[in-house]
Amino acid sequence: MRAFPLTRLIDRAGVVFLVLLGAFAIAIPVLNLLVPASSSFHVTTYLVTLFGKYLCYALLALSIDLIWGFAGILSLGHGAFFALGGYAMGMYLMRQIGTRGVYGDPILPDFMVFLNWKALPVYWYGFQHFAYAALMVLLVPGLLAFVFGWFAFRSRVTGVYLSIITQAMTYALLLGFFRNDFGFGGNNGLTDFKDILGFNVRAETTRNALLVMSCLAVAIGFIICRAIVTSKFGKVLVAVRDAEARTRFLGYRVENYKLFVFVLSACMAGVAGALYVPQVGIINPSEFSPGNSIEAVIWVAVGGRGTLTGAVLGAILVNYAKTYFTSGFLAPYWLFMLGGLFVAVTLLLPRGIVGTLKWGMANRAAAKAVAAEEGADADPKAEVVPQTAAAE
Amino acid sequence: MTEPHTTSALLYLDGITVSFDGFKALNELSFVIEPGEMRAIIGPNGAGKTTMMDVVTGKTRPDAGDVFFEEGAYDLSKLDETQIAELGIGRKFQKPTVFEMHTVEDNLQLALKNDRRVRSTLLWQSSGDQEKRVDEILATIRLSNLRSRVAGSLSHGQKQWLEIGMLLAQEPKLLLVDEPVAGMTDTETMQTAELLKEINRDRTVVVVEHDMAFVRELGVKVTCLHEGSVLAEGTIDQVSENERVVEVYLGR
Repeated sequence: MRAFPLTRLIDRAGVVFLVLLGAFAIAIPVLNLLVPASSSFHVTTYLVTLFGKYLCYALLALSIDLIWGFAGILSLGHGAFFALGGYAMGMYLMRQIGTRGVYGDPILPDFMVFLNWKALPVYWYGFQHFAYAALMVLLVPGLLAFVFGWFAFRSRVTGVYLSIITQAMTYALLLGFFRNDFGFGGNNGLTDFKDILGFNVRAETTRNALLVMSCLAVAIGFIICRAIVTSKFGKVLVAVRDAEARTRFLGYRVENYKLFVFVLSACMAGVAGALYVPQVGIINPSEFSPGNSIEAVIWVAVGGRGTLTGAVLGAILVNYAKTYFTSGFLAPYWLFMLGGLFVAVTLLLPRGIVGTLKWGMANRAAAKAVAAEEGADADPKAEVVPQTAAAE
Repeated sequence: MTEPHTTSALLYLDGITVSFDGFKALNELSFVIEPGEMRAIIGPNGAGKTTMMDVVTGKTRPDAGDVFFEEGAYDLSKLDETQIAELGIGRKFQKPTVFEMHTVEDNLQLALKNDRRVRSTLLWQSSGDQEKRVDEILATIRLSNLRSRVAGSLSHGQKQWLEIGMLLAQEPKLLLVDEPVAGMTDTETMQTAELLKEINRDRTVVVVEHDMAFVRELGVKVTCLHEGSVLAEGTIDQVSENERVVEVYLGR
């Protein structure tokens, strides 16, 4: 727990991760914009957007890893915060359309004209300003997480019960957002966006800029998570995860710790959703579907719970696989493959990819330390890192 | 406080009753612990020893009766676990409960008396004083050479000591220790008795234990519980000669 601020914050894996991310953020726009389309090094705009999408998922995965990997809060409804952030951004993008909509109404988005609405609902006010929308991207998911967490953590709802009510939360929102009179475009959601901050959302340069912003968001999210988990606060979180009652008897207000990290995580998920929407060009209620949230948890499990870099890796790998397999003749079987992957990871690789690598390295280092400490009679294969937490 | 209580006791229990689905785990249990005392609590399984600790630490609310701390200044039945821990009551669980994924040193750092609020732990920096305090505790619990080991890799006995160390780090006025020597070797048991005596020099200790050799080694006043109330109280010799105690607990 001694403080070497910078080295404490960014370990060796973190340096590698940030350098790779930075290189990616520079290389992809260069390969897309500057390398001619005839070159085999050219990256198509389709891929730029696809990568941007993966990075948004990576940020969502980071936010889940922060609460699940370190505080033991398994949220199966984090897609709700992602979608709420997305809707906040979508509302801004809708208001930017102005008279270019099909019905040409300067204020009302098309779906409202279609529904014969005469005035803009009050909760749509202010969304023509980017700053206001950006604030809402953080505030709306954060507030929902605060209210939800306040009740859940104070009532000491934990484990599978908490997971179930997070599912119920996202499902309730799904049903709500499907309704036309909810005022968010019902079934069709929000789409047909034109501009973001005055730039055409479909332009190549805008897409590259959004990719770079997504890289930046993942990097910032990663650094925030590292700052949290390497602080004493982070050690308390792990303590809560592994022995909640013990932590409480030590005098820590467990519910406050959980609430803080849950709200922070929801805000991160909201930012991920907000970056996602201009890149895919649509937000609709299906983003709230419980399956989405579960899928996001699988990314984290595959990459390695409680490793942060693993969450990012898992999100990118699984989504790459999804893109690959859902575009071929295997498409109808994707959900089976995803389920199979989850079962396989749980059974064969309970620590996930990065978790297994880190565990192996830590074990070797610890075995060496024990051997040095106890002399020649130490068993070099001694398993010194307990399995409990990762296997849970 | 609604009514004044005149007691010199650090911990005062009067007429505590706790029932679970009609089963009375505690039945009008009353006893007092004086400041600076060490008390051993014995009794057969189901006598209410652990429930008594649950009541004192705020995990279980009594259906009836009074629990007061520090000469009647605090009514523990109205406070929750965190508030009670802040008052200075530390608890060791029956099963050793340490933070398995943290190092021995971090376990102690987390237990050290400190500001427990979210903001202060986010910005927390270790200080020289605290490092010194951790060193002292490590020496007391005989784990100095294992400070950077992950707690999950410690032996059962070492985990028990680490947990006692975590209690010490909280600087409590009262330590509740539930079966500290369960599963320990004879040597470890005797070392633990030494350790508790050392701790008792500046703190009040209540030990729940089955191991009579250990209780004898402690050489303190003994309270025997049976069916949720006090059956006998006195020195180990007095209690172990008590006919009822022999009948329900020690056996003939």
